[in-house]
Amino acid sequence: MQALTKRSKQVDRRPMTAMEKMYLPSIIKGMGITFSHLFKKKPTINYPEQQRPFSAVFRGVQILNRDEEGRERCTACGLCAVACPAEAITMEAAERQPGEENLYREEKYAAKYEINMLRCIFCGFCEEACPKDAIYLTQTFTPANYGREGFIYKKEDLLIPNPVTQPEEYAKAKGTIGKDIK
Amino acid sequence: MEQKLLKVTIDNITVEVEPGTTILMAARKIGGDVVPPAMCFYSKLQGSGGKCRTCLVKVAAGSAADPRPMPKLVASCRTAVMDGMVVENITNPAVLEARKGVVEFLLINHPLDCPVCDQAGECDLQDLSYEHGSEVTRYEFKRRTFQRIDIGPYIQLHMTRCILCYRCVYTADQVAGNREHGVMDRGDHAQIATYIQKALGNEFIGNVIDVCPVGALTDRTFRFKNRVWFTKPVDAHRDCPTCKGKVRLWMRGDDVLRVTARKDQWGEVEDWICNECRFEKKKVSDWVIEGPTRLDRHSVINAGHYVNVVKPKETFTSVMDGRQPKLLMDIHSISDVNTVDLNEIQGPATGQTFNGNQMAVGHNPTDLKAGKGANPKGTDSTNPETP
Repeated sequence: MQALTKRSKQVDRRPMTAMEKMYLPSIIKGMGITFSHLFKKKPTINYPEQQRPFSAVFRGVQILNRDEEGRERCTACGLCAVACPAEAITMEAAERQPGEENLYREEKYAAKYEINMLRCIFCGFCEEACPKDAIYLTQTFTPANYGREGFIYKKEDLLIPNPVTQPEEYAKAKGTIGKDIK
Repeated sequence: MEQKLLKVTIDNITVEVEPGTTILMAARKIGGDVVPPAMCFYSKLQGSGGKCRTCLVKVAAGSAADPRPMPKLVASCRTAVMDGMVVENITNPAVLEARKGVVEFLLINHPLDCPVCDQAGECDLQDLSYEHGSEVTRYEFKRRTFQRIDIGPYIQLHMTRCILCYRCVYTADQVAGNREHGVMDRGDHAQIATYIQKALGNEFIGNVIDVCPVGALTDRTFRFKNRVWFTKPVDAHRDCPTCKGKVRLWMRGDDVLRVTARKDQWGEVEDWICNECRFEKKKVSDWVIEGPTRLDRHSVINAGHYVNVVKPKETFTSVMDGRQPKLLMDIHSISDVNTVDLNEIQGPATGQTFNGNQMAVGHNPTDLKAGKGANPKGTDSTNPETP
């Protein structure tokens, strides 16, 4: 049979030599390798005190963005829902009434917005489809939960903190998203 | 006496048509890619066409008797064919270039509010600009804007989106029979308006919504209820004393969110329907459902609507001695969506609708009687008073 790689080695089936039959040198050699690892750099980190940085293109849990004045950007146009291959997004739209101009950026807004995180595959198509800069995938993943109910993310769970009233939380949640948007 | 048929060649395809046929209708007889797009022309409305210039074609030879080419591009919807005429549509790059320019002009004052507009997904201008337009705008000035007004209880007019195709004016004239609105003012000031802010009351006036190629005239009872592509079109009929009652229902589950007339492949209404069918029959029990509408396979309206679906048989109960499977979660018990019957309210939902008062309907702050929203101060883009 032709070998798939050149790395395969024939198993050595010769009887062991006297040196090999003593076992101890091999054990000492093995322990030496183990001991040397004490002085090497640790490959593990103490999660969750320490956390590794995600790559710049990491796609985590979604947030719904607000504009500089704290108004919701989403207009419930439905492009994220139609782009979603897992059909995880649903929404219901409402008309902005007089007096709500400081809450919603456009004439129409998403009164209900839900992402089923059990269905979401974090492909980022919703972010690509959004014409209003309203949805972004962040650098955090979905927290674990004991029940399935906790994975139906409502609009309140997804909305970014208000930049006017909670600037620090907003900056933290915003992170690096939307940086390369002109 | 039988009339002699005229031979016309459109994009190297020859077709025989009756005298008096326009180039556009001859092209529609051929069908396919050679049909010029039309925004203002409507074959069922007398006198329509000639306004938008999207159907421009090159006539390479006027007729067999006089084979000289026509000096300029002509509007195919208003130009009658001659025997031996040779027309170039997509085979002539000049035509495509001119059409691109026309689309740019149509989009000069058109807002980029497709995410908000209810017409998105079935908008002629959206299709046209995707196919023929450029991706960027060169226009740097202020676009003319109007406040939206309600003409009558059912129809909303948002003049900002209007491209002045005059289709609705002809519809009101010829279908509704009693025109109460028209185009006022000239040039940049031109706008569709009702005379002395009259509400449109005729029982066929709802058809202006269907003929509108953009989202200028929209159905108030469907406003913001759902996106067109999340509703499923179904053909249905009922015994209607005023019209034929042949309609298309746009359903979401068992809710009839919208009723429109049936449209043919050119986007034209097959049978005009009355206001009662369109606005007041929003229950499945009002209709006899014929079956799902067949739309163009590439339409976004077909997204997520699967045909010939065979649902697998649930074998759990038979295998497990009649025991029902234990559901870990029923999405409907968790989800907040679909808790309000949107088809029962007569206008757009508001925040109130979802927070307690289920019958709350959005209202338009413009006041027709006081002339608010009609932009009485003019529409000039240089006028700082333009709302």
